[in-house]
Amino acid sequence: MPDFNMRPDKNPMPAQDPNVRNKNFKEVTLGYTVEQAMDEAKRCLNCKTRPCQAHCPVQINIPEFIAEIVNGDFEAAYKIITESSSLPAVCGRVCPQESQCEMKCTRGVKGESVAIGRLERFVADYHNQHSTEKPVVPAPNGHKVAVIGSGPSGLACASDLAKKGYKVNIYEALHTEGGVLAYGIPEFRLPKAIVKKEVEGLKDMGVEIDTDVIIGKTITIDELFDEFGFESVFIGSGAGLPRFMNIPGESLNGVYSANEFLTRINLMKAYLDESTTPIMHPKKAVIVGGGNVAMDAARSAKRLGADVTIVYRRSMEELPARKEEVEHAMEEGIKFELLNNPVEIVGEDGWVKAVKCQAMELGEPDASGRRSPVEIEGKFNEFEADCFIVSIGTSPNPLIKNTTAGLEVTKRGGLVADENGATTREGVFAGGDAVTGAATVIKAMGAGKVAAKAIDEYIQNKAN
Amino acid sequence: MFKIVKKQTLNPTVVLIEVEAPLIARKAEPGQFVIVRAKEDSERIPFTIEGYDREKGTVSIVYQIVGAGTEILNSLNEGDEIHDFAGPLGNATKTEGLKNVAVVGGGVGCAIAYPVAKKLHEEGCRVTSIVGFRTKDLVILEDEFRACSDNYILMSDDGSVGQKGVVTAPLEELIKNGEQFDEVIAIGPLIMMKFVVLTTKKYNVKTVVSMNPIMIDGTGMCGGCRLTVGGKTKFACVDGPEFDGFEVDFDEAMHRGTMYKPFEAHARDEACNLLHKGEQ
Ligand SMILES: Cc1cc2nc3c(=O)[nH]c(=O)nc-3n(C[C@H](O)[C@H](O)[C@H](O)COP(=O)(O)OP(=O)(O)OC[C@H]3O[C@@H](n4cnc5c(N)ncnc54)[C@H](O)[C@@H]3O)c2cc1C
Ligand SMILES: Cc1cc2nc3c(=O)[nH]c(=O)nc-3n(C[C@H](O)[C@H](O)[C@H](O)COP(=O)(O)OP(=O)(O)OC[C@H]3O[C@@H](n4cnc5c(N)ncnc54)[C@H](O)[C@@H]3O)c2cc1C
Ligand code: SF4
Ligand code: SF4
Ligand code: FES
Repeated sequence: MPDFNMRPDKNPMPAQDPNVRNKNFKEVTLGYTVEQAMDEAKRCLNCKTRPCQAHCPVQINIPEFIAEIVNGDFEAAYKIITESSSLPAVCGRVCPQESQCEMKCTRGVKGESVAIGRLERFVADYHNQHSTEKPVVPAPNGHKVAVIGSGPSGLACASDLAKKGYKVNIYEALHTEGGVLAYGIPEFRLPKAIVKKEVEGLKDMGVEIDTDVIIGKTITIDELFDEFGFESVFIGSGAGLPRFMNIPGESLNGVYSANEFLTRINLMKAYLDESTTPIMHPKKAVIVGGGNVAMDAARSAKRLGADVTIVYRRSMEELPARKEEVEHAMEEGIKFELLNNPVEIVGEDGWVKAVKCQAMELGEPDASGRRSPVEIEGKFNEFEADCFIVSIGTSPNPLIKNTTAGLEVTKRGGLVADENGATTREGVFAGGDAVTGAATVIKAMGAGKVAAKAIDEYIQNKAN
Repeated sequence: MFKIVKKQTLNPTVVLIEVEAPLIARKAEPGQFVIVRAKEDSERIPFTIEGYDREKGTVSIVYQIVGAGTEILNSLNEGDEIHDFAGPLGNATKTEGLKNVAVVGGGVGCAIAYPVAKKLHEEGCRVTSIVGFRTKDLVILEDEFRACSDNYILMSDDGSVGQKGVVTAPLEELIKNGEQFDEVIAIGPLIMMKFVVLTTKKYNVKTVVSMNPIMIDGTGMCGGCRLTVGGKTKFACVDGPEFDGFEVDFDEAMHRGTMYKPFEAHARDEACNLLHKGEQ
């Protein structure tokens, strides 16, 4: 029986002290201990209606895995999670739980929801630390599938296909696997060792990963079919093309896209003193944007020693970033200058000197019910800065589309795909950010799994 | 891993390596480039493809040792393996329909210009190669250029070889004397390309330049390679690296190239430490 005298709030997450962690790149949160996890798990009411499960994009059987934590059988909990998710150590850390599984948790009606994400992370970390089990390599079924991109969608698709006996080759443009998990999300939020472990697991199952291969340049999709003998191709190439603001001053030295700034730091380890890849160590950095990417860029700049300000044209409530990231950013001393929209980057001798913003206010609610920002005529704010990081979104890279006949894209550049991930070209499937535009890890992973199922059906139908 | 099958010193700081990269060799065209990471944890460095052998499955690049990254690359020898070698990236040089072209190369840029001159020559185009170096010891690929040029003009800053002077002098003289170039292709230091464009603009001779901004991914993902061309932002790695010289904002490009100047000295020291560690 659940104990109704339980604490109304979540067990707090142990974390590095804000004033220590804002100077290092080590993981911010430390994870629950066994005791904390079991205590938190007991807060779950095991609801018959399962609102939590309904709001997880991959419908993890949440009450059941939490029940196993209460029982102390963490491996059983792990098995339940991995029936639906192939990256629990990642998603437990980076999912926007407050707008997914934890959003409608019964416990949240009075007090705080159950810390589902933290529990998921606990289970995955426990498994990764204790399990010595090697994956079972299934008998080959004689069919070959190519996967483009090694982000969450590609990894998930490859994993499910490999489990069914397919020979899977992943082609990755960069020199390291993981997609955004490797080049975007910083070490202090998602240690790269976790990503590496997932990738190694795939390799153990016989998945071959070729890095440094840019599909559309090194090999085309046509060649994958005609010369390499793949029967189906999955495109999980993400949405990596950075958007700029098209305002004066964007080519000044000291202006970065968030992608460039984060890639230098995460992929190229530019924050380490022995790295030969340069990164600016700003004194005062202004970041524009309100999403996870903006928070990551801001907190990375902070760790390089900068005084950091985030400008965003809407208000606090509309910040699309995960709630925890915003809280962590504030604790770490990052300033928020909301209702400010950059209109010019002011330069001096070719370097950034200040960022001029149009002051905004919230107007009438629009069709979606959100109050949209409107300009306050004639009111501008200027923020001193030597570095300006643009973090206003990314779109899918047109490289594959431009080199593949028969692949249609939407107005926003996403590949056209049906609910099973089938594109407009026979045998070619797609999922994740390449289809939806920038979204979330769990959605990309889910799309990879859906496509894996569809690819299996496609190939089996053809074979029969 | 990509094995170095041949390493040849062209001048004291310029080296050619031929690398086993069969997938890239199948596709490479003049004007395209590769991104190279010498060792695990090295920097990603773009280099133009100097040559390729589709049958042998090899690709050659020519690099000048200028800083930490190229120093580490140069520590590898024949038989060693390069950690990452990705490409071919960027767009190939457009040579179609060209009948009379001046290829202007400066310094190590000549290594990038050479495959272009060669391809033009093979396609039956009249090729005038104007190449410039600081001094005699730095001259590279002279025989190769001569073999594919109808007219080969060698310039040096100090007059120690060829004619004394800069590449724009003979270029302007030829144009003045009535040489009808369909196009001038200029590849070299930004300052040289800027002056070539200033020269050809006067006579309205179409000029293509090969830009080499700082890059990371080379696939359009970081925007670090952006340039202003015709008032618009372009990514050199996917929209270029070749652009209409009349449209390029050279002053901005030169300034952006200085972004990491203070860092480079530091990186050089780190590279020295690293290389010496390896020797002990
Ligand atoms: C800084 C940052 C922070 C984020 N934070 C969060 C978060 O906290 N929570 C969350 O849920 N989501 C977050 N996201 C979003 C999330 O990471 C993405 O939605 C997710 O990674 C998309 O997965 P994907 O597999 O579709 O693509 P990606 O992860 O983008 O992977 C695509 C891969 O394909 C490769 N590729 C591209 N083109 C080619 C080609 N032509 N040939 C070969 N390979 C190619 C790329 O190099 C890349 O490795 C964040 C994103 C960023 C950038
Ligand atoms: C498309 C393209 C093709 C190129 N082709 C060749 C080539 O065929 N042969 C050759 O020798 N060089 C070529 N370069 C330039 C070469 O990439 C740089 O010289 C090299 O990165 C310097 O590395 P470093 O670490 O040794 O020097 P550093 O000490 O880091 O820098 C020395 C100089 O190189 C410039 N530089 C540094 N990093 C880069 C970078 N990532 N991209 C461009 N310039 C940089 C700096 O502004 C500085 O002036 C090319 C560049 C581009 C963009
Ligand atoms: S995968 Fe994400 S949304 Fe689903 S239960 Fe885990 S943390 Fe919640
Ligand atoms: S809604 Fe909350 S309390 Fe109910 S089963 Fe899900 S996690 Fe447990
Ligand atoms: S090098 Fe990153 S976009 Fe061109």
